[in-house]
Amino acid sequence: MSLKSLDPRVTRENLPEQPNTESIKDLHQWQTYEVFHQVKKGDHHIHVGPVHAPNPDMALILAKEQYARRYKCVNLWVVKTADIRKTDYEDEDIFETNQEKMYREAGGYKVMDRINKYKAEHKNK
Amino acid sequence: MKELNDIQKGAVKNLIFRMADDELILGHRNSEWTALGPILEEDIAFSSMAQDKLGQAHAMYQILHKLGEADPDTIAFSRDEKDFKCCHLVEYPIGEYDFSLMRHFLFDSAEALRFEMLMSSSFEDLANVAKKFKGEIKYHIMHADTWLVQLGNANEISKARMQSSLNECFPLALGIFEPSDFEDILINESIFPGEKRLQEEWLKFISPVINSAGLVLPDINSIEPAYGGRKGYHTEYLKPLLDEMTEVYDIDPGAEW
Repeated sequence: MSLKSLDPRVTRENLPEQPNTESIKDLHQWQTYEVFHQVKKGDHHIHVGPVHAPNPDMALILAKEQYARRYKCVNLWVVKTADIRKTDYEDEDIFETNQEKMYREAGGYKVMDRINKYKAEHKNK
Repeated sequence: MKELNDIQKGAVKNLIFRMADDELILGHRNSEWTALGPILEEDIAFSSMAQDKLGQAHAMYQILHKLGEADPDTIAFSRDEKDFKCCHLVEYPIGEYDFSLMRHFLFDSAEALRFEMLMSSSFEDLANVAKKFKGEIKYHIMHADTWLVQLGNANEISKARMQSSLNECFPLALGIFEPSDFEDILINESIFPGEKRLQEEWLKFISPVINSAGLVLPDINSIEPAYGGRKGYHTEYLKPLLDEMTEVYDIDPGAEW
């Protein structure tokens, strides 16, 4: 008996009812490349996701249809995932006090008060 | 816009029917890979290009509609097999992936050149459609060339498979350029430079890619091109494809979607 499916393409293949999964185990996966797209010339490239590919040329043509087939895009970059140097999640504590350093944000300065005071003082001169 | 007399109109229609039917049938064939492609990314890319083909066919059928033929759906789904003008290459089953990739490479290379020629056609509607799809087809060529070079140089098995599918596809691909009865009119009226010219350009275009893939182009002089499709004589594969493609449409041809 061969596999019967509502999909005529599957039925046509005359596949065994019980698929042989042994052969699948031998297949190795391609490496991944990270894809960055650019919406407008001059904009930053933005990370959009990965593709599997054996080399950068293949990664580019596959990335085009994965990440740039519907929305505006003028340029694509691909970078081998393994080539990206990254911090360790174990070291996540290096970022811990980020939220407390309000004094590093421009909003932390009371500069508008001083500007308004200066403007008021010089208004009638 | 150029006013066509009846003879010229017949020539233009014949040219458009050939192109549109190729695109419709190959688009349908290539869509059979959807969900069965070799890897996810390629499955999506190949399916997307199959949709592009249907879009191109639709644009072509719309020109035919303007020239007095039925609406695109009726043309696509209601004709008999013998009224189709597609070449044999596009009718063949998808086979294994090497065959589908090789067909995609050979066909889209010819199509890219055909559209490039049509961009300067005296028949404005065709020139506009050719310009519209320029970028889309350019990507198809990038995709096809990259895969060909990749598999031609990957290992012995992939190389042998690509060579054998090239040998199988080549006579079929020559059928793309089966001359019509209207070649002289199309050439003289600057509508299209003719199938013979296109075939010459195509051979020049594909040869370097085939070389980079380490493959050998069969000797064109020792090959019988697969002619007949342009005149309505098709392979045994077209009828079952049309039956499957129109199965839902035939239940209620007038249905509003």
